[in-house]
Amino acid sequence: MSEQIFHDSPADAGHRAKWWSSRIAIYTILIFWAIICLFPIFWTITTSFKRAPDVMQGNIIPWLDFAPNWLGWRSLGLSPDTIGTESTVRAEFMKRFLNSTIIALSASTLAVVLGSLAAYGLSRFSYRFGPMKNSDISFFFLSQLILPPVVLALPFLVLYKSLALLDTRIGLIMLYTLTVLPIVIWIMRDQFSSIPTELEEAALVDGLSIWGAFVTIILPIALPGMVAAFILSLVLTWNEYFFAALLTSTNAVTLPVMVASQTGSQGINWWSMAALSFAAILPLIVIGIVLERFIIKGMAAGAVK
Amino acid sequence: MSTSEGDLLHVVTADDISDGRRKLGTTVIWGSFAILVIVAALQWADANGRADFGFTSWRPTLYAFCLWSVGLCWGQVLRFGEYGKRTLFVLPAALFVGAMVVFPLIFGVGIALSDWNLSSPDGRQFNGTDNIVEMWNDPFYWNALKNMVWYVLAILPEYAIAFGLAVLLNAQIRARKFFRVAFLLPLMLSPVAVSWMIGKSMLEVRFGPIARFFRSLGVEDVAFFSSPEMARFMIMAMDAWTFIPFMMIMILAGLQAIPKELNEAARVDGAGPWRGFWEVTFPLMLPVSITAILIRIIFKLKLADIVINVTSGGPGGATDTVTSFIFREYRDRSNVGYGTLLAMVYLVIIVIFMTILMKVSERWTRPRT
Repeated sequence: MSEQIFHDSPADAGHRAKWWSSRIAIYTILIFWAIICLFPIFWTITTSFKRAPDVMQGNIIPWLDFAPNWLGWRSLGLSPDTIGTESTVRAEFMKRFLNSTIIALSASTLAVVLGSLAAYGLSRFSYRFGPMKNSDISFFFLSQLILPPVVLALPFLVLYKSLALLDTRIGLIMLYTLTVLPIVIWIMRDQFSSIPTELEEAALVDGLSIWGAFVTIILPIALPGMVAAFILSLVLTWNEYFFAALLTSTNAVTLPVMVASQTGSQGINWWSMAALSFAAILPLIVIGIVLERFIIKGMAAGAVK
Repeated sequence: MSTSEGDLLHVVTADDISDGRRKLGTTVIWGSFAILVIVAALQWADANGRADFGFTSWRPTLYAFCLWSVGLCWGQVLRFGEYGKRTLFVLPAALFVGAMVVFPLIFGVGIALSDWNLSSPDGRQFNGTDNIVEMWNDPFYWNALKNMVWYVLAILPEYAIAFGLAVLLNAQIRARKFFRVAFLLPLMLSPVAVSWMIGKSMLEVRFGPIARFFRSLGVEDVAFFSSPEMARFMIMAMDAWTFIPFMMIMILAGLQAIPKELNEAARVDGAGPWRGFWEVTFPLMLPVSITAILIRIIFKLKLADIVINVTSGGPGGATDTVTSFIFREYRDRSNVGYGTLLAMVYLVIIVIFMTILMKVSERWTRPRT
């Protein structure tokens, strides 16, 4: 075999070393941050399968450090051997889970419906409500975002008490709709203003009414944006704790309130707390992994003009 | 939050609405309004003991309000035809927000100016400005406000980290989707679960993995929530952990919108990566950055869940936020009147602060001519 004729110049070799070192640096940081993001979740999952000695010895890796055990899930009534039997804890958990699901889904749906309509109207027509023009109405809606929940909490407590809405799902649904409505309007306004008005003009010429054009032409185009807004609302309403802690006591208690009430009474039975916490975050982790595209789209809307 | 009017749809419709229809519309609106007023008046009389109609709650007034809302929407269509149908897009949301915000706020001002403890039998007593005097002399409230300043300042390092991560995600890397999902996940978790997962178990002094890790490094005195500065830093870190993805994604979207040619032109002109970043990328990202930071500030000002569940304000009020302080004021002392006043003052401070901030940032982002 003859001797190699063409060599990389020393300058190029140096360049390649630099390229490699920058690669390594980038991946080190990325992997480091991925560990920071994922370790607490991993910790919660594994802890729910630990026994007391495992917790005290600080075993981390399942099967290698310790033998997984259904202890935590059994205390929730969700382990394989207890799933068929009666369990008051599970009944309680399922009730809270159902509350959270119903409240989050209905509040998000309501917010997306109300918010999309308002955003569409504001992006297409000029209004005049008394002294308020379009930009003022938009500002009125968006400024609700600034309103801290604590300002509304106590008036609502008194108000709901006199309306007999305290500790009901409907009360929480209305309040949550209010809190996510500005975000929905913000995302949807962005969506609608990127759709050209010629579409509706053509539809109107063809004889559709304004509402007909909105439902049959515009809604299908804006659907991805609506899904994004819906999922963001879902995340916020599912995780909401402050109002739920103040306004519910027995019937309408949501999952975060249940988790919070258990943390006070813990000794070292971390396994059951871990199981409960993990069960509470699991739906959103699944949504985050499956629908990541939409969440990113929703949050990016409005950021980039 | 721009308020541009955008591209409006202009449609001319030939409506001819008969006088009868217009009258019907007016009747519907004012009729339903009259029902609302009558029901409210009856309830008011009943509540004050002037008459007895056997009302158990104020729900009938709520139903009458809903009826009036429906009547108002329907009346718009009857009276204005096509134009009324356009109003229908915005009117439901406006009525909803108006009823849910404006009314409780007015109501809240009344509560704020009264001495009202839910556990005392006296009920509500108007006491004028006594609550304001009490607030002025309440060191814990001022302490909570001071803490909020620290918490808001913590956004700057959060922003730096988020920007760095966004730049890395925007670089030529493999497994981009995996990293994006992994970085996004903390945002999906509920703050209450996070406060157990991290605050109460991972940071636990005896068995928590982080405490163990520090002990193995030779740190003798591992305590995360006993000194005020450390405790506040831990709360900031947990809050940052959940919200860095939020800023990261907004910045990432901004980075992807920058045309590649600009960076290439800078490179051709001889700018290294460092200079290219500071003189091309960063200035272009300024509007997005400011939007992200403003929204983050809004969310930060609501910070409470983690504080309530991990430290409940301690040690010595070092981690207290305004929201968690008012939460305990209500939970432990049922002091509705005073708590509402504190919240109202907080609202005023926030509105002033945010207005100034938005004006300043608007001046910054406006292109210089």
